[in-house]
Amino acid sequence: MKRLLAHPVWAGVAGMALLLALGAALPRWLLFLCTMSAANGIVSLGIVLLMRGGVVSFGQGLVFAGGGYAVALMANKLGVTDALLLTFAGGVVAALMALPFAALLARYRGIFFSMLTLALSMVLYGVLVKTESLGGSDGFNMSRPTILGMRIADAWSGYVLYALAVVVSGVLAILARIYFESARGLVSLAIRENELRVEYLGASTSRVMAANFVIAAFMGGVGGALAIMALGHIEPQFSYWTTSGEFVFVSILAGHYSVFAVFVASFILELVRSFSSAYFPNTWQMVLGIFLLIVIRFLPRGIGSVWVGWQARKEGRS
Amino acid sequence: MSTLVTILVDGVSYASWLFIVALGLTLVFGVLKILNIAHGSFYAVGAYVAASFVNWFAGWQLPPWMSIIALLCAALAVAALLAPLVERGLLRVFYGRDEVLLVLVTYALFLILEDVTKLIWGANPYFVSAPYSLFGNVAVGAQTYVGYDFMLIGVAVFCGVGVWWGLNRTRIGKVVLAVIHSAEVASSMGVNISRVYTFAFMFGILLAALGGALTAPMISVQPGVSVGVVIVSFAVVIIGGLGSIQGAAIGALIVGLARALAVHTWPPAELFSIYVAMAIVLVFRPEGLFQQVQARKI
Amino acid sequence: MKQTSRALRRTATVLALGACFASGGALAQETFKVGIVSFLSGPAAESFGVPAVNGAKVVIEAFNKGAAPAPYNKVGFAGMKIEPVYVDENGGATKQVQELRNLYDREKVDAVVGYVGSGDCLAVAPVAEEMKKFLILYDCGTPRIFEDKQYSYVFRTAAHAAMDNISLARYLKARNIKAGSINYINQDYAWGHDSRKDFQAAMGNLYPGSKTEADLLPKFGAGQYGTEISALLSKTADVTHSSLWGGDLQAFILQAGPRDLFKKTQVVFSAADHVLPGLGDKMPDGVILGARGAYGLMSPKSALNDWWWKTYETANKIYPVQAPYRMVQALLGLKLAVEKAMAANGGKKPTAEQLAAALRNSEWDSPAGKIRMVLGGGHQAIQETAIGRTKYDAAKKMVMLEDIQRFPAECVNPPANVKSEDWIKAGMPGAKC
Repeated sequence: MKRLLAHPVWAGVAGMALLLALGAALPRWLLFLCTMSAANGIVSLGIVLLMRGGVVSFGQGLVFAGGGYAVALMANKLGVTDALLLTFAGGVVAALMALPFAALLARYRGIFFSMLTLALSMVLYGVLVKTESLGGSDGFNMSRPTILGMRIADAWSGYVLYALAVVVSGVLAILARIYFESARGLVSLAIRENELRVEYLGASTSRVMAANFVIAAFMGGVGGALAIMALGHIEPQFSYWTTSGEFVFVSILAGHYSVFAVFVASFILELVRSFSSAYFPNTWQMVLGIFLLIVIRFLPRGIGSVWVGWQARKEGRS
Repeated sequence: MSTLVTILVDGVSYASWLFIVALGLTLVFGVLKILNIAHGSFYAVGAYVAASFVNWFAGWQLPPWMSIIALLCAALAVAALLAPLVERGLLRVFYGRDEVLLVLVTYALFLILEDVTKLIWGANPYFVSAPYSLFGNVAVGAQTYVGYDFMLIGVAVFCGVGVWWGLNRTRIGKVVLAVIHSAEVASSMGVNISRVYTFAFMFGILLAALGGALTAPMISVQPGVSVGVVIVSFAVVIIGGLGSIQGAAIGALIVGLARALAVHTWPPAELFSIYVAMAIVLVFRPEGLFQQVQARKI
Repeated sequence: MKQTSRALRRTATVLALGACFASGGALAQETFKVGIVSFLSGPAAESFGVPAVNGAKVVIEAFNKGAAPAPYNKVGFAGMKIEPVYVDENGGATKQVQELRNLYDREKVDAVVGYVGSGDCLAVAPVAEEMKKFLILYDCGTPRIFEDKQYSYVFRTAAHAAMDNISLARYLKARNIKAGSINYINQDYAWGHDSRKDFQAAMGNLYPGSKTEADLLPKFGAGQYGTEISALLSKTADVTHSSLWGGDLQAFILQAGPRDLFKKTQVVFSAADHVLPGLGDKMPDGVILGARGAYGLMSPKSALNDWWWKTYETANKIYPVQAPYRMVQALLGLKLAVEKAMAANGGKKPTAEQLAAALRNSEWDSPAGKIRMVLGGGHQAIQETAIGRTKYDAAKKMVMLEDIQRFPAECVNPPANVKSEDWIKAGMPGAKC
């Protein structure tokens, strides 16, 4: 049993089952908070994937909004209502959006990659604000999706969307884990360490980076799809730099050592924000800022490093 | 023709405001390698302190031109008190970390300062328009401009030339340049890096606060002043090349003129004229216009 | 053990009930929790959020003491003490959806009054509907909310934004002000776009043949308007329209004033009353402006208004402008709805359904005149409005408004079941002026 759970796939499945069971006992507000953290967590997982190659996107709002808007439009204009289909479609549209930029962005590193992605997301923001048929800066609403051909009753909508978010993020987390350990995933790490050496060894760094960018975009789109289905409303703010900044923060908070940590980090951020906003209405930004500083100060490599280090020590001892 | 003159004057006067702020941002990045999201917050603090100082000076029945001195004192006070506090008390802890991590540290600082200014000055607006009318009006072609705008252009030129001269013609400037080039080597040559960092940060913040203080007379100082400034000055330094003074100047001019051109000829384009300019420059010159490409290490 | 605890609890309940009767009211111990959401930080805090919250504070305090004039003189809401929970609206619609859920589910509020941003209103309305909880939108402007969808639990106790620009156009026409050419400067987001569209359409009707010259859309929060002012001056039009507000509006006035823009064109502002106390003599004379209702200096004379004005001014050292007026009219409506619902259900704390039934199609007196819930199936208010012209009073050291003209609600609001955009385009048929 213990052996079995050590395998990422089975550990992931067990975790999903546990969360699904737990969800039935959670109050509605917490359920919603978990759904949003899962949706945001998937976007941050995409950034973690990029981080393993040494670049950080400050513009994931681009694909988050891209996926979200695509899903909302498909639901409202084309009448596609199935939640699973919409989730997948959000990812695909975002990946397609990223594709033309992938080759270009693959040449950039460091702060320039971050800033160029930021510029792209802000251009999308500008376009969305201008587009009055999409509600301009006010955005528009999307009605609740169906699942597997069934209407979701009001009383169950919270849980169903939560379950969907848990399953989708679970599957993507497992896939990400497998990817991280594949040959290409490991090349990303090598690029982070030393790009030129990787090229001398015959690997194409730009192809790996481009692929990573598209995969991250897919994840961003899926996150956007889940978020809009839970929120029921979309607006250009999805593509604003502060939204992207929060995704980056979650990935830094998580570190690139553990996939699960991303979702924990996302959950913690939502929790801190929610409570500080309720109990410190006048100073919640300050509370959030101090929280960020404390995390960066004391967990420089992210919370993932805590249990990865702990596991490593344990294995070293046995 | 007269439209062209108007576009030029408008563009240059917007650019000079932007340049003062962006110069501080680029200087801090050049020396400390920190892309400071909180730069706009220092701009806002500068504006608030200026508002307090002008009102305070007004209480002493001084001649009106003294209000300009009050603005300058405000910027100096922010640089002398707040900047070292932040640099020594906060940023120092994070030196040597990843660039992106440092960006997040300044994001946290931005959030904190946002609420701190609100706690100190409240939500009510402050008006200090006395200095705005000091320089009268100036007619250029068919347009009448406020003399204060031209004073701002002068200040921007002074700041730009001053920083360039300071860096290239003085001893301390050369030390700073050495640190910009390589902190490690400079340190091994006996330069007190930590002092250079504090000095450069203070100077960068001085420029941010000066930008805010000089803008205070033409706006109402209130919560939210900081937000708009950050992204625009980011665009400027990215276009010009991070850490480059000429770059900040050219970047500010590009942004200012692009914006003026959009407003006068095709207003709907104003919102993204800046980002489009930034994206175009980055595609052709990823390092920005004035940044040397650094050798990659093997 | 279990038995004893149950017995204990029962005793306690009996005792508590006894205490209630002893103190005279069945509900003396109960409180009514209201979530109040508005901007406490960010660009809308100074002009809208904080004044509105200040207004809520003084009014709730007065309610809890039973100090408001009749018919609002019952203590709290029908004897229940009002317990406010304040939340910051800053941070985007996503955050508002989450916070609204938290307010209902975690903080267990009985009703929420809030939202200045139209995007926030659009986002939260379906959430309250889905949760079957009572929600009052008190400030936001977009007509889309009740024109695109029917709600059962969501209300807006103030007129939507179409009124602001229609009344402005009607004022120009009534005073026979020349408007052959019009310049526009509005912020580049939905509020600015909608305001400009409404004014343009209304002017197209009242002034056929009027043409648009410069049509500027500066970025929200721009702060620097030098370029825009040059553009407005180089194509000077008879009338210059703007829906700018808050810091942007103040900066625009401070920068345009010295360049004589106000002397070269008749400037009309759709929502500018809130900058008058702060700007003082920096506000040029002769500017035509609205307040999104008969608010502040344009409020009608009434005992209720006098009481409200004095209460607010005493606490805040400044007279109330539009934002606190809109907040107080929401809270007054809520108070009457709670009391009406309790009169109908035998004095129990009302459910969301009972509250909604009480507020639907109702009307009440506010300091700004009568509020009538007649649009959107009885969920959207209409109210009278007024437009005036600025005049600095050196003796009082404050900006006054003169030539105030009032417009009845039916003159500047569309009838039920007609979209405001279509109504304006059709020439505002059936308007009762």
